[in-house]
Amino acid sequence: MEGLNIPLNHILLIASLLFVIGMLGLMIRRNIIFILMSLEVMLNSAALAFVAAGAHWGQPDGQIVFMLILSIAAAEVAVGLSLVLQVQRRFRSLDMDSLDWMRG
Amino acid sequence: MLMINLILILLIGGVVAIFSERLGADVPRKVALAVVIIDLIYLLIALSTIPQLETLQAPVPSDPETWLMHYSVEWIPAFGIKIELALDGLSMLMVLLTLILGAVAVSASWTDIKVRQGFFEANLLWTLAGVLGVFMALDLFLFFLFWEVMLIPMYFMIAIWGHENRGYAAMKFFIFTQASGLLMLVSILALVVIHHGNTGVWTFSYFDLLSAQIAAQTAFWLMLGFFVAFVVKLPGFPFHTWLPDAHTQAPTAGSVILAGILLKTGAYGLIRFAVPLFPQASMEFAPVALWLGVAGVIYGAILAFGQTDFKRLVAYSSVSHMGFVLLGVYAWNILALQGAVMQMVAHGFSTAALFMIAGSLQERLHTRDMREMGGLWQNMPRMGAIAMFFIVASLGLPGLGNFVAEFLVLLGLFQVDRLLAVIAALGLITGAAYSLLLMQRSFQGEPDETRQLVDFGTREMLTMAVMMTALIVLGIYPQPILDISRPVVESLISFSSIVTGGSL
Amino acid sequence: MRELIGLIPLIPLLSSATLMLFAGHLSRFAIGLLGVGSVGIAAILTAKMGIDFLGNPEVFKVTLWTWMQVGTFSSDVAFYFDGLTLVMMSVITGVGFLIHLFSTEFMEEDVSYARYFAYLNMFVAAMLILVMADNLLLLYLGWEGVGVCSYLLVGFWYQNSANGYAARKAFIVTRIGDTLMALGLFLLFTELGTLDIQALGDAAKDKWQVGDSMPLIACLLILGGAVGKSAQLPLHTWLPDAMAGPTPVSALIHAATMVTAGVYLIARTHELYLFAPIAMIAVALVGLATSLMAAFTALTQHDIKRILAYSTISQIGYMFLALGVGAWTAGIFHLMTHAFFKALLFLGSGAIIHCLHHEHNIFKMGGLRTRMPVTFWSFMIGSAALAALPMTSGFFSKDQILLQAYQVDGIGPWLWFGGLVGALLTAVYSFRLVFVVFFGQVNTEPDKDTGWRMVIPLSLLCILAMMGGWIIIPVTQVFPLAVFEHPAHWVEYVSIAVPIVGVIIAYLIFLGGQLKVDVFTNSFVMQKLQQFWFSGWRIDWLYDQLLVRPYYGLARALKLEPVDNFYRLVVTISQTFNQWLSAGQSGQMRRYITSMVFGLIVLLAILVRAS
Repeated sequence: MEGLNIPLNHILLIASLLFVIGMLGLMIRRNIIFILMSLEVMLNSAALAFVAAGAHWGQPDGQIVFMLILSIAAAEVAVGLSLVLQVQRRFRSLDMDSLDWMRG
Repeated sequence: MLMINLILILLIGGVVAIFSERLGADVPRKVALAVVIIDLIYLLIALSTIPQLETLQAPVPSDPETWLMHYSVEWIPAFGIKIELALDGLSMLMVLLTLILGAVAVSASWTDIKVRQGFFEANLLWTLAGVLGVFMALDLFLFFLFWEVMLIPMYFMIAIWGHENRGYAAMKFFIFTQASGLLMLVSILALVVIHHGNTGVWTFSYFDLLSAQIAAQTAFWLMLGFFVAFVVKLPGFPFHTWLPDAHTQAPTAGSVILAGILLKTGAYGLIRFAVPLFPQASMEFAPVALWLGVAGVIYGAILAFGQTDFKRLVAYSSVSHMGFVLLGVYAWNILALQGAVMQMVAHGFSTAALFMIAGSLQERLHTRDMREMGGLWQNMPRMGAIAMFFIVASLGLPGLGNFVAEFLVLLGLFQVDRLLAVIAALGLITGAAYSLLLMQRSFQGEPDETRQLVDFGTREMLTMAVMMTALIVLGIYPQPILDISRPVVESLISFSSIVTGGSL
Repeated sequence: MRELIGLIPLIPLLSSATLMLFAGHLSRFAIGLLGVGSVGIAAILTAKMGIDFLGNPEVFKVTLWTWMQVGTFSSDVAFYFDGLTLVMMSVITGVGFLIHLFSTEFMEEDVSYARYFAYLNMFVAAMLILVMADNLLLLYLGWEGVGVCSYLLVGFWYQNSANGYAARKAFIVTRIGDTLMALGLFLLFTELGTLDIQALGDAAKDKWQVGDSMPLIACLLILGGAVGKSAQLPLHTWLPDAMAGPTPVSALIHAATMVTAGVYLIARTHELYLFAPIAMIAVALVGLATSLMAAFTALTQHDIKRILAYSTISQIGYMFLALGVGAWTAGIFHLMTHAFFKALLFLGSGAIIHCLHHEHNIFKMGGLRTRMPVTFWSFMIGSAALAALPMTSGFFSKDQILLQAYQVDGIGPWLWFGGLVGALLTAVYSFRLVFVVFFGQVNTEPDKDTGWRMVIPLSLLCILAMMGGWIIIPVTQVFPLAVFEHPAHWVEYVSIAVPIVGVIIAYLIFLGGQLKVDVFTNSFVMQKLQQFWFSGWRIDWLYDQLLVRPYYGLARALKLEPVDNFYRLVVTISQTFNQWLSAGQSGQMRRYITSMVFGLIVLLAILVRAS
């Protein structure tokens, strides 16, 4: 393997950083669009970790899981955005905190 | 096959009743009546062909071949669960009672159901199907299934067509019976597992489990599971509090079925399962059960005396009367047990009729409060006379069925425990007090001349005539009924005394 | 003929059923014909059986069907016929027929004519079953049956709640006695293994010794039943109130037949009582105490029917006294003569009430001697018999009782003396009634005359009340012969003289006025005593305080179902938990996520440390 050779640890560090950022976004942001975006970030951080691990051990499985994550992300975005549209139409708001109808 | 058919006819009839509503609001009730009567005729024809009925051999509890009918096919072989139904004299009486009172119940709610008649009649028929199943199933798994089947349609009947406080009453009824039913399920499973541990055979069959060997301590707890389930249904003191609410809030047909039939499943369960499966444990527990029975008799009577709601009063009178059944079962001698069986039949008729009268009053007066009644005899002499008949029946007038029952129970109890018999006999006095008060407050006293009320018509009179005839026949010539149940009762007693090595 | 004995109760029963079912379709005449005719036929059949029996005194038993047979217990629907049955049946159907006939006029204007005769016929049927039953369970059927009929007839005019109260009281108080009796039946069956009356006597001879405790308890329990039904202390309180019913009903049920059922029961089971001398003494003492208590009370009453009611209680007390001293024949004899003269008195008072627009107060009557001569003579004869004046029917029976009571070892003379005091009081209160109602000035004018349907029963009963003492009742086979040695002559003379003295006292006080007792009766003590007697010795009040109120209170306290509190507690606990847990469910996504994240971190930390 010639060329750029980044240590696995660095990539995993980036991935976990991205994951934490996404998670913090989930916890902090109130806008649904941002929540969805944070979710995407988390998914992609996981995907990055898989790809990196696959490259490190020279196995194709990492790439396959990446493809799976991509399709899940696509599906998730499709469902998520349609939910966003519905929420916007019903509540005239994209504030997640105002949607507490499930309060016990 | 007959027994399966009996149940299937009712289940399918229920479905037909739902769809028949499209033909008109008054079609479902006719369908329901026809279905019950077809079922009854079918049963009678089938019974008339059974040769053993003439001689009525004593069935050996643990040998299905000696029973009148026995039917068994595999259902879930992996766990030894079978569709096993059997009929002996006791269950035959109960099945007959169920079908006759089923017809009465349809008639009782002929006009007072205004919405979703189809679904109502379907629930009624399904409840009956469940009850028939309970009376005939001898695979404990199947028994439990039917136990639940009769509960759920009943819940709907109260919750949908009940009176002002129906939601509360329906939920209370459901939770009481469901929770106690779960205790029974645990007991059943434990019994089966222990039997499997002993013999390596998976079986839920009553006939096999009768011979299960269980350690005394375990048997006591398992017996308690069954006991609670059945006593809640009976209902025995102190598990009776669901009953006044459920009976009061249920529509007339619901009350008739609840009081007339559903309560009997508890008594039947005690006689058929709780005692024979755990004779030793039941013997140890009998004194407690007897005291609960006496408490029910007296407590029910006192509370009935204090009520102002017609239906509630009758409901508490059921608590009092079913106390006699509990006494009869746990006195466990031939006199008391025969009395208990007799009480099950006679109380079915007398209370069903009183609930029907209560329903008719509610339909005409739009109240059940006796403070707003009085002098109704003047307005409705026929209903008054009939109410008087059933009230003297329920206070135990000799010559009517309830007397034979109470007399035999007390006589049997007297052989076992004199003090308890003396206390229980107080029930005769308190019974008279609340019964006559009911009559006084509703039908006697100052009449309201301005009231325009319709007296009983042909349909009601016909229904009442059936029950009056039944009670008179039970009262002056009870021997046929006693003869039908005698072999069963005798063999149960001898079976349990063999197991316990002495008399219970 | 013997097999037809079943018809005697069946015919009134069928008539009753017919009247109930087809009341709307029958004319008044048809109703009357059915009601009176059915009892008439029963009376004729009874007479036929009686003539046969007197010609050929043979006891027999007819079994109709097996009522119930469970284990070793068995009871048949079977009738037993002997001299005692015959006497009772004759009284029931004979006097019953006359009272039915009287009723057709008395109830003429009542809207519920058919219902009345339906109940009355049913009563006759139940009463016949009671006396004809060959086992105690069937007797109990009749026993409860007459109780229900009494309830129905006392509360016949149900529109008035007071009548309903009286009816309920009558039923429940007697039910207390009935329950004791039922316990007696349980005990007898448990001890002797049968409820057949004849077999009981034989079994008792095998298993019991005189003076054992079992026969004592059993006999006391049966006495409890008898005391309830026959309105003796302490369960007598229902009878005066039961006068709320129509007067012919009081004549039939509460004077002639049903209330004497207790006497019949004890006489019927006398073989058991012979094993329990203490129970016999109890019977005698109950009877004597009741007869004195009721006689004092009757002195102070002013409702004509209540006077007669207390007098009935008092006279049944005499019958119990007779039974208690072993004078079975005299007791039954007094039962019969009492049925004649008390029915006569009640019917007479019915005639007065009927003609005086339902006036019950004797002080608002007066001077009726000339206005209602038939009734006057009925009352004269009835009262003479009640007071046991010589040659009347009451004289023969009461004299026998007193003389036999005197014979008892030890307490005999005391019983005799008590009975004499009662006899004196009886004469005073019965002639007080006659003098106040029929003499003096007219306070209320009668607005009707008595018709033939009233006059005939009255006249026939007059003859019976006069001549009934000459009847010899055929019970020699039934009862053991009393060892009867005639007491000293003075005892007999005193017994005869006392009622006459009583009549004279009544005359001097209430009619002649020679005896001024105002000063005496107006004294403070006497006033209080009179009030005490008037209220029936305040026994009603006592029961009210001791039993009725506490029971009402208990019912009220328990009304809201205290047991439910436990289940409510379960519900409350679940609901509290629910509140706590549901507080965690804010519905806000971000909180869920945050808590999830922290939860995961904690879990991971634990896992990492663990590995």
